[in-house]
Amino acid sequence: MRWIFALVCVSCALAQTLTKESEPEPVGDPALGQKRFESQCALCHGQDGSGGRGPNLRRPKLDHASDDAALRKVISQGIQPEMPGAWQLSVHEVASVAAYVRQIGSLPAEPVAGNATHGAQVYKSKGCPNCHMIAGAGSGYGPELSDIGARRSVAFLRESVVAPETSVPDRFLMIEAVTTGGETVRGLRVNEDTFTIQIRDANGQYSSFRKSDLKELRKLTGKSPMPSYKDSLTQDDLTDLTAYLVGLRGKS
Amino acid sequence: MKLACILLTASTLAAQVPYERIMNADREPGSWLTYSRNYLGQRFSPLAQITPANVAQLKVKWAYQFDVPNNEVSPIVADGVMYVTGPNRAAALDLKTGRELWRWRRTIPTDYQNIGFGRVNRGPAILGDQLFVATLDCYLVALDIKSGHERWSTQVADYKPGYSMTLAPLAYRDKVAVGISGGEAGIRGFVDAYDAKTGHRAWRFYTIPGPSEPGHDSWKTEAWRTGGGSTWVTGAYDPDANLLYWGVGNPGPDWNGDPRPGDNLYTCSLVALDGDTGKIRWHFQFTPHDTHDWDAAHVPVLFDATIRGQKRRVVANANRNAFYYVLDRENGQFLAGQAYSKQTWANGLDDSGRPMVIPGTEPSDEGTLVWPNLNGATVWFSPSYSPATSLFYVAVRETGATYFKREADYKPGTFFAGGGQRELPPDDVWGAIRALDATSGKLIWEFKLNSPPWSGVLSTAGGLVFSGTTEGNFFALDAKTGKPLWDFQAGGGIGANPISFSIGIQQHVAIAADRVLYVFGL
Repeated sequence: MRWIFALVCVSCALAQTLTKESEPEPVGDPALGQKRFESQCALCHGQDGSGGRGPNLRRPKLDHASDDAALRKVISQGIQPEMPGAWQLSVHEVASVAAYVRQIGSLPAEPVAGNATHGAQVYKSKGCPNCHMIAGAGSGYGPELSDIGARRSVAFLRESVVAPETSVPDRFLMIEAVTTGGETVRGLRVNEDTFTIQIRDANGQYSSFRKSDLKELRKLTGKSPMPSYKDSLTQDDLTDLTAYLVGLRGKS
Repeated sequence: MKLACILLTASTLAAQVPYERIMNADREPGSWLTYSRNYLGQRFSPLAQITPANVAQLKVKWAYQFDVPNNEVSPIVADGVMYVTGPNRAAALDLKTGRELWRWRRTIPTDYQNIGFGRVNRGPAILGDQLFVATLDCYLVALDIKSGHERWSTQVADYKPGYSMTLAPLAYRDKVAVGISGGEAGIRGFVDAYDAKTGHRAWRFYTIPGPSEPGHDSWKTEAWRTGGGSTWVTGAYDPDANLLYWGVGNPGPDWNGDPRPGDNLYTCSLVALDGDTGKIRWHFQFTPHDTHDWDAAHVPVLFDATIRGQKRRVVANANRNAFYYVLDRENGQFLAGQAYSKQTWANGLDDSGRPMVIPGTEPSDEGTLVWPNLNGATVWFSPSYSPATSLFYVAVRETGATYFKREADYKPGTFFAGGGQRELPPDDVWGAIRALDATSGKLIWEFKLNSPPWSGVLSTAGGLVFSGTTEGNFFALDAKTGKPLWDFQAGGGIGANPISFSIGIQQHVAIAADRVLYVFGL
């Protein structure tokens, strides 16, 4: 019985695949998509897609749109109960908005000089996994890098390695909390509200404080716990490391 | 004895809430009979058991879980029952335990679209033996308060072109007034009043005057037909003058003013309407020809004050455009006003209260950075006026935005916005609870918040101010000094208005936080 059921499922899947293949994928025009996005979507997602009432769309993975077909469906039908569907848009317009959203969410792969295989060795030998995770390996103190190549340009990545403080992400904030006992706790802000703050230090240790209990709360805006590798990498190593990072585009 | 007790309970539950009870709200401070507790829009509780000295002992007494997120309800409390609403939902809760006595649902049509706002509801209204709920698909529904069964439902508008309702109705005398959402969809806004018994419409006031009506010449083109002017926040009522005061929303399209030259009356205005006929008595426009989405979506706050040596009956408004206004509520005359939050679009107000707009602050193709952002320095969540301190308390959003102007083509039932904004980085924006001198808007104290708030404010005769944060803190401040005295992590963002009432003879405070309604007591 279970076997028959499984067979039925397989044939359903086949039928779906066949139907899918018989309908050509609609091809969108990102420039038209941008126009429609700015008049119909920007109110919630921000004029450049960086978010507002609705989520930031300038990222390669979208929670409700695992592939382009799902993205087009979300755009035309919405997400209940918060996002209205753009039923008024034609199939071509929906595909165009989808194309535009993909364009702002993921940078096109750039040709980059350098040897990515050697770059991976540089990444390890310089101790980067002590603070970053890639595909589950490493430590989680700094940003996760599995899809960093889809989110950041070659020039940006290269610059981040030599001058980390030029590229501190939003909400990523170094904190120094001085307790009334005079102890200073330094780490990354995990969460903050009007009355409390939670900090994680380089060892992964969490501290939670009521702000009124602190003698001082220093927000080191623009500071990064990451050292500059300007003087500890040769130009060739830097190029290879950048090539490695650019190639990290997440799971397909 | 047991029988007597049951009879007593039954008769209490069956008690009615005539207009006179709501009008004389101060005679029963343990109840909360209308959106802002009294008709004057003050959101002030005369209860004084919870004080700065004991507020730190507040504990959760019960909680009620909604089946939808982001609840914005301001409940009604009458005769041992709390009435709550959600999107196309209502329920009656036993005030002692929070257990449901009944619940009511109305199906949201599958083709319903919420254009420019969330699927929320801000509360019910009560009058006689009926509870009134405004639905997303634009029905005003009267429910029997004892059973939750429908008495009548009346279609207020067609939801398909973008009309909707999220507000708490305002029940007064023998009528129920409602306003409409849809300011981002090119609607023509209105305020309606319905006969509470029959559900028949008593009158309609269009916020965008048609041809031959006064104010129509403030629209130079045909743009008035899609002119917006929503009315999505509950108004206030002066029982002595029989006048309704109601805020009017933005003109459409929001950020592109080119197709609609003129002041665009009565958008971004306060209107005073005759309670019997809906005829306009006076209006005051806060933001003529708005291009930043600064709806006057606020509860008007009425009180009496001495201004420049003269006793005045006034209406005050901390507006989305960052200015605080005091108007004579009999004729709309501007009495006082000043900015209460950072703003970069006007060089103050002139003698008539009209803003002196700084050129070049309109949205543009390349973007224009202006404070406040489109949500405004404050918005729908309620301020509070305390007769005990004569202070006006308001939750303030300190954030600007880069405003963009884009094309806007009107298609019924779609966004008709003409642009949008890019927000500032999250660590560059913040919020505050501010106490203003109610007669001038002068800052008396401020309590800073980590981020711009979405919660309203309650003040009490016990000398406290309650409000909430986007990060889930529900808190109490000293009403005189702003000093924080108590806070509670509710586990979900707060975007609702607090209320206070009695269970038995004990004062309690309630707030909705995302999916949970909390009731606190000593």
